[in-house]
Amino acid sequence: MFRVTRRYEFAASHRLHSGELSDEENRRLYGKCNNPYGHGHNYVVEVSVRGPLEGATGRAVDIAILDELVAREVVRPLDHHDLNREVAVFASVVPALVPTSENLGIEICRRLKRNWKQVFPGEWPKLEKIRIGETARNIFEVGADEIE
Amino acid sequence: MVITRKVEFSASHVCRDPRLSDRENQRIYGLAANPHGHGHNYVVEVSLKGDPDPVTGMVLDLKELKAILEREIVEPYDHRFLNYEVPPFDRQVPTTENIALDIWRRLEPRLSDGRGKLHAVRVYETPDLYVDYFGEPACSA
Repeated sequence: MFRVTRRYEFAASHRLHSGELSDEENRRLYGKCNNPYGHGHNYVVEVSVRGPLEGATGRAVDIAILDELVAREVVRPLDHHDLNREVAVFASVVPALVPTSENLGIEICRRLKRNWKQVFPGEWPKLEKIRIGETARNIFEVGADEIE
Repeated sequence: MVITRKVEFSASHVCRDPRLSDRENQRIYGLAANPHGHGHNYVVEVSLKGDPDPVTGMVLDLKELKAILEREIVEPYDHRFLNYEVPPFDRQVPTTENIALDIWRRLEPRLSDGRGKLHAVRVYETPDLYVDYFGEPACSA
């Protein structure tokens, strides 16, 4: 059994602001991240996949298929976009989620999980977890089994 | 406690199965199927698990671990063409998974009787792609 991890990047802007809190509370809670004009990051996402060796190919996962899935569900819809205005869960859902790295990590994991069987219909490989960092100093990890 | 030491080697390889057609190999392995081969700067992280010795405070003397990694990984792999020079890759496709498995097999007998037992082998083919192997059966039953 192997864990194969692939690293991806995208750049996006966001603003941390909760509709359930007052402006003053938002400023106190989120500090600089509450700046009304927003700001951006070069996000790094690591996608970890678990599976046995497929005897014939000597691989546990077809990386080209994984790359295509992540490009379609994560990189293209998020890269060079504004999370608060252009990504449904942070924009139009009521109440909209705050685009913290925690919520973004869960959203990315959910997108991959939701579409997994469509591209990997067999028992293996399985999506194990994703890690996301908005900077190199803060890393958030979420397991595929932790979410719906 | 888990302790990790990192080593690097540079090697060339080609990912193709001689039993398959050029077209099939191209479909499965993409660019990596180029028959002339290509190379990577591989990075290997070897992790041991164990409790520190009460007298020395060490799980394993890192000088000793360094010598084992040099002998078992760097010497056979560094500046080699894996398919031609490093068995079992004369008959196994040198994917990152198979390299992690082979490194585990080389290290396990050397790291099985001290305080620190081999826990994980991580192989980076590039900074964007790495494989972890923990010694579980490689193929499904």
